[in-house]
Amino acid sequence: MKILVAVKRVVDYNVQLHVKSDGSGVETDGVKMSINPFDEIAVEEAIRIKEAGHADEVLVVSIGSDACQEQLRAALAMGADRALLVKCDRDVQPLLAAKALQALVGQERPQLVLMGKQAIDDDACQTPQMLAGLLDWPQATFASRIVIAGAGKVEVTREVDAGLETLSLDLPTVISTDLRLNEPRYIKIPQIMKAKSKPLQMLDLADLPITETPLLNIVTTSAPEPRPAGVRVGSVAELVDALKEKGVL
Amino acid sequence: MNRILLIAEHNGQNLDPATAKSLTCALQIPHQTLDIAVFGSSRAPAESAAKLVGVNRVLFVELPENQAGLAVCLCPLVVELSADYTHVLVPATSFGRDLLPRVAAKLNAAQVSDIVAVDGDRCFKRYVYAGNALITVQAPAGTVVASVRANAFKPTSAGGQAVVETVDLNLELPRHTRLLGLNRSVSERPDLQSASRVLAGGRGVGGKSGFDDLYRLADKLGAAVGASRAAVDAGFVPNDLQIGQTSKIIAPDLYIAFGISGAFQHLAGIKDAGVIVAVNTDPNAPIFEVADIGLVADLFEVIPQLEQALANK
Repeated sequence: MKILVAVKRVVDYNVQLHVKSDGSGVETDGVKMSINPFDEIAVEEAIRIKEAGHADEVLVVSIGSDACQEQLRAALAMGADRALLVKCDRDVQPLLAAKALQALVGQERPQLVLMGKQAIDDDACQTPQMLAGLLDWPQATFASRIVIAGAGKVEVTREVDAGLETLSLDLPTVISTDLRLNEPRYIKIPQIMKAKSKPLQMLDLADLPITETPLLNIVTTSAPEPRPAGVRVGSVAELVDALKEKGVL
Repeated sequence: MNRILLIAEHNGQNLDPATAKSLTCALQIPHQTLDIAVFGSSRAPAESAAKLVGVNRVLFVELPENQAGLAVCLCPLVVELSADYTHVLVPATSFGRDLLPRVAAKLNAAQVSDIVAVDGDRCFKRYVYAGNALITVQAPAGTVVASVRANAFKPTSAGGQAVVETVDLNLELPRHTRLLGLNRSVSERPDLQSASRVLAGGRGVGGKSGFDDLYRLADKLGAAVGASRAAVDAGFVPNDLQIGQTSKIIAPDLYIAFGISGAFQHLAGIKDAGVIVAVNTDPNAPIFEVADIGLVADLFEVIPQLEQALANK
């Protein structure tokens, strides 16, 4: 079985972001970029499934600028076998990403597609479900446990608002990964060296058969209103008084 | 003029509070009609939806219970219904977030996720970068497909009397996905996402026994209990207690954080709370930057003292 993992290059989760004063977006120049953390979990899971003998190839894919090669190399260093970059210099919104992935699935024929449940830049939480819809495949979002059950089936436990839900899905399928699925491995120097010689193929988004895709228009970007400064109290008695004063006790 | 369809969330019997809150958002979009679709095995949630003020019709689509929560089964039904509407909305709960993008893809629509404000027919505000930026976004021509951050809106009140119409769509639903089970966390306590008071614990709570103390205090206050990611990762409490940008986003009148340092992913989940209180031994914890009231102290001393103070009230 082949596993396709989609990864997005995003501003690192530790970066304190600044909104541009002209309202055109957030400052990304000179900012540290990383694999979207949820996608890194998807890469780790794919590698573990392969290590367990359930898959023979892990293909990692990204859509975006040339710079995404950095994140693809990181995924190769983790243990993915092969990488593919779909070059695109405009904003990659979820529907466009899903259509590009749909085209790649047509070419690569994976049995399993994994990606993070959400990218930490646009926080859209859409691409995996959109891809599954376009392909008419089953979907399991917010996965915290994935078991390849054999006979073309996979069992997925999902973190939902009510608790934990378990689904059985027929392969091929799309699964989106949540935080508690695994803890991604650290990359060691020899693996980074080895990853340099792994295949990384590039193609242009324009070369993929993609139908006309509507896009959202982001009109303005602003910094959220900060909360007014609070007070410090010195004791529980003062805390209780302050809560009563605010009318919440 | 706009015709809006809101997909209801329910647990089989009761309408989820997120539905009435999302309705408030939907009603702010200029419209000619606003209908609610209820998919499920029981009419009870549909009858409740019909009582919400501002609803024109409730469309009840009967489905076996084991299919009613599956996005792959609901998607073709929603797509079929959407032909009569300009807008399709859903609460951005785990249910709505799972379902709606699949619908959007089928409609070739660019979805707007997690809206917190309405700015016209097809213009909305939403947060990006874990709450660090707020964008105004316009949906393109075609059906507007949007999920609503329910806790950014007050619930619409009951008192309406819409009709419930049973709709038979007669579609063949996919069989490639089977529900094996839902391990529902059963609790007598208020629901985390709709409680007016929430107490939350972080890594500083130290373990399950620390959470027992927190539960005792919560019971005295009639509060729900939540947790930071660190506390869930450490196994102190189950996943459905996690508050934060990609888990539960809450807006109680009172929120008290015990031993939570305040990673911004967590803060993104509490920013709409009325009063934020932080109790932490580290005076430099980022939680104090957003707290309305801060107390630098050991939570294990504060909790019994608070219990005492409440008993003396």
